[in-house]
Formats: sequence, structure tokens, C-alpha cells
Amino acid sequence: MADLLRTPVHGLHLRLGARMVPFAGYEMPVQYPMGVMKEHLYCRAAAGWFDVSHMGQVILSAPGGAAEAAAALEALVPVDLAGLAEGRQRYALFTDAAGGILDDLMVTNKGDHLLLVVNAACKAADIAHLRAHLPDGVTVTEQADRALFALQGPGAEAALAALVPGVETMRFMDHREALWRGVTLWLSRSGYTGEDGFEISVPADRAETLAEALLAQDGVAAIGLGARDSLRLEAGLCLYGHDIDTTTSPVEADLAWAIQKARRAGGARAGGFPGAERILRELAEGPVRRRMGLRPEGRAPMREGTAIFDAPEGGAPIGTVTSGGFGPSVEAPVAMAYLPAGLAPGATVWGEVRGKRLPATVAALPFHPARYKR
Amino acid sequence: MKYTEDHEWLRVEGDLVVVGITEHASEQLGDVVFVELPEEGRGVSKGDEIVVIESVKAASDILAPLDGEIVAVNGDLADNPALVNEDPTGAAWFFKMKVADLAALDGYMDEAAYKALIG
Repeated sequence: MADLLRTPVHGLHLRLGARMVPFAGYEMPVQYPMGVMKEHLYCRAAAGWFDVSHMGQVILSAPGGAAEAAAALEALVPVDLAGLAEGRQRYALFTDAAGGILDDLMVTNKGDHLLLVVNAACKAADIAHLRAHLPDGVTVTEQADRALFALQGPGAEAALAALVPGVETMRFMDHREALWRGVTLWLSRSGYTGEDGFEISVPADRAETLAEALLAQDGVAAIGLGARDSLRLEAGLCLYGHDIDTTTSPVEADLAWAIQKARRAGGARAGGFPGAERILRELAEGPVRRRMGLRPEGRAPMREGTAIFDAPEGGAPIGTVTSGGFGPSVEAPVAMAYLPAGLAPGATVWGEVRGKRLPATVAALPFHPARYKR
Repeated sequence: MKYTEDHEWLRVEGDLVVVGITEHASEQLGDVVFVELPEEGRGVSKGDEIVVIESVKAASDILAPLDGEIVAVNGDLADNPALVNEDPTGAAWFFKMKVADLAALDGYMDEAAYKALIG
């Protein structure tokens, strides 16, 4: 796998017996010897450690601190960042002029600056986008010398607290810095599995030591990208490049909850982000199509690209599956698709799998209830 | 036992050929979550896609290794697809076929040749 980048814990993945695959320009573990299904269930029952160091960690700093950086960044996202308190994190979206989505990201107010976490496949474009559109006073710095881990599942709190006492008091989307063996960790109570858990940024040269200390805790196992995908799918969370991209708007993607009142019509800072015209119109009038859950009947998964119809035969497709597979905790196939907005949970549609139309029921998301510590 | 380059094993049972996938294939596929089997009585030609295996990762096909007729399919796989991971060369056989010419099996690899193929 020449030309692929490696994360700071590449050697650890190999020692753990991971099967490595190319992902977003990196050589990443898709699974460990436990296998995708057991890793998924293990994370929901105990705790999973994930290496997500391929994701971009970016600091936005400005002479006026986080407030100035937040005010500037609001020009690129339909999100209330002025209202994001110090030590808090919020989900955001970079939108384009047509109201499509360039990437989704996490934004944290760290007092004197903002910390952004962006998708690996988008990070170069995101950084260029920030540099091109933010005012000169805002500095964009990629934190390429830090690794990023996720620790997810009902056992995550106890496992991390054994190394870093006090994290028990953090609530969902809280952020803090903490010292561990003389090194500063950036901790967020967040993740991508629907479980309680943490995301942990650590300097690259201490990443392996920290990973080993976490894995040494009872009830913590390494989890690969395969299970990360089935966990997030059951949790109803979007994967950029699949469920959201420049052809989908935040409202179509059912992410209107990420657009706070301050940025909506009548809000204190209404509009003022790329694609505001379309996005505000869709907020007011409703979108034509919307991302929804699908529960295929039977056991055959409906994977990405599966065409969806409103009848068992004839007619044109009414939508397409954007993510689909088997949900190990749901014990059945699950999928997400863009479908006419008028469809409600309980409606029957048909997905064409290998030339045969198989019935599926429109379902509310998530498929597996979230267990965040609010 | 004979082996195909598509990682199927073929075992002669009387005048029938029993077909499944190898341990190596089952490991590569990962956890199997769905198996679609052909209808009993179906006539097949070598190379026809006759079984679909869906794992947590992807869908893959099993091809008919020989010309013939499907005379039995393993219904246990519909209820318990995980058998393909648990016992790929035993309980998780996919189908039994009556073939026109058992001698056509000679064209496939023996165990030593298959082991060399998968390294």
C-alpha cells in the first residue's frame, strides 16, 4: 500500500492483527481478529477504542480569541457559533453557494481559539476553503502532529477515568484539556457510534502509549472502520460522501437541528452563510426529499445505490439508498435513503436488489437509541 | 476435495457434487449476514451466478462450477447465515448438484494446489 499515509499508531494496528485497507488516503484498520460483527456488539456492550487520527484537527485563532474566530467562521456554516460557550463543542456543516454540503465537522470553543475536527477525505479542501474565505486576521493551523482516538460505549467513562480522573463530570459535547503523564490531552464527550464516549486528541509521539494504556483497561477492545460504519449507521449518523455531499442540502439531510434559531429567518444573525437562500427557503417550506431510515423486510441488505420504488413493479425510482448494510445490534438490515418528504415512518417502499423488488418500511432514525450522557 | 479459483470447494457424494466456500474465503468475506440460494431443480451452466452471499462488508457471488442441475440447497443457511463463518467446509455447504460429467472435476485444483494459490 505504497503512497498511503499512516497514523501514529500504525505499528500498533499491525501488532493487534488488524486487516489494513486504503481509506481516504490512509492505511487504516477495517477490522481486527474479532471481526466486524463482534467488534460492533463489543462496543455497544463494553467499550471500543478507535484510531481516527486520519481526521483533520484544525485550529482557528485570531487576536480576538475564539469569539473573533467564531464570528468569522459563521460566514461559512449555518450554525450559531457566537452562542457556543467556552468548553463546548457543536456539530457544523460547511455549505456551498448552492446550499449543498462541502463537509461536516465538529467545532469546539477553547477560549482563545476554535478547534475544528473535519473528515479525512475533505481536510485538504476544507483547509483551503477556510484560508480562502476567512479574513486575514484568522489563522488556520492543521494539528498534523496530534493523533485522535475515540473511546465509545458504556464502559468508556470508567476506562478513561482510570487514566484521567474527573472525566465523569463531563456531559455530552463538553470539552476540556487534561494532563496524563505530563502530556496534555484534548477531551470531548462525543463520538460517532450513538454510545456515550469520548474523543481524545494526543500528541503523536505519545499516541501509542496512550492507546496501549486504554486497551489495557478491562472491557476495552480495538474496533475497526467496518464496525465504526455499522455503529454510525444504526445511530442514524451521516457519512460524508455517502449520505451527504454537495448534492444534498442540510434540510434534505434532516440536519435542520444543526441550524440554530440565531441563523434562521428572524434570528439575530439570520442567513449570512453560503447557500442561505435555498436553506432558509427549505426550512420555511420543507424540502422536496428528505433522508429517512429504511428497514428492509427479510435479511437481504439494501446497500448504497439501491434504487427505491413506490410500487412492487413499474414506475420510476423515488429515491436511492445512501448507506445500507446489516445492523448487528438491530439484528436486521438497515439503510438510509433520500425519499419524497411526504413519506412517513411505517410507509412501505420497494428496493431493487439484484433485479428483484424487495419491500422495506420507512423508519424513524436512529435505528438504535442513542445513549449520550446529557 | 477439489477447489476452484473462486475459493469454492467441491466434494463428490455418490453421483452428486456438494459445493461450499473455503475457510480462506469465509475469513476474507467477514461475518456473513444473508445467503440467497438457488431453487432446487434449476438447471445451471458453468459460470452462472447462483448463490449470493452478503457479509457485513459486501455482496459476493458463488458461481456454478460445472454444468448440471441443482438437486438440493442448504436451508439452514437462510436461518443462520453465520454458519458460513462457523463451519464453512462442513455444515455450511450451499448446494448439491447433479453434473453431466463427473470427470469435469479433474480440471479443478487439489488441496495442495489450492494451498499454493492462497499462499
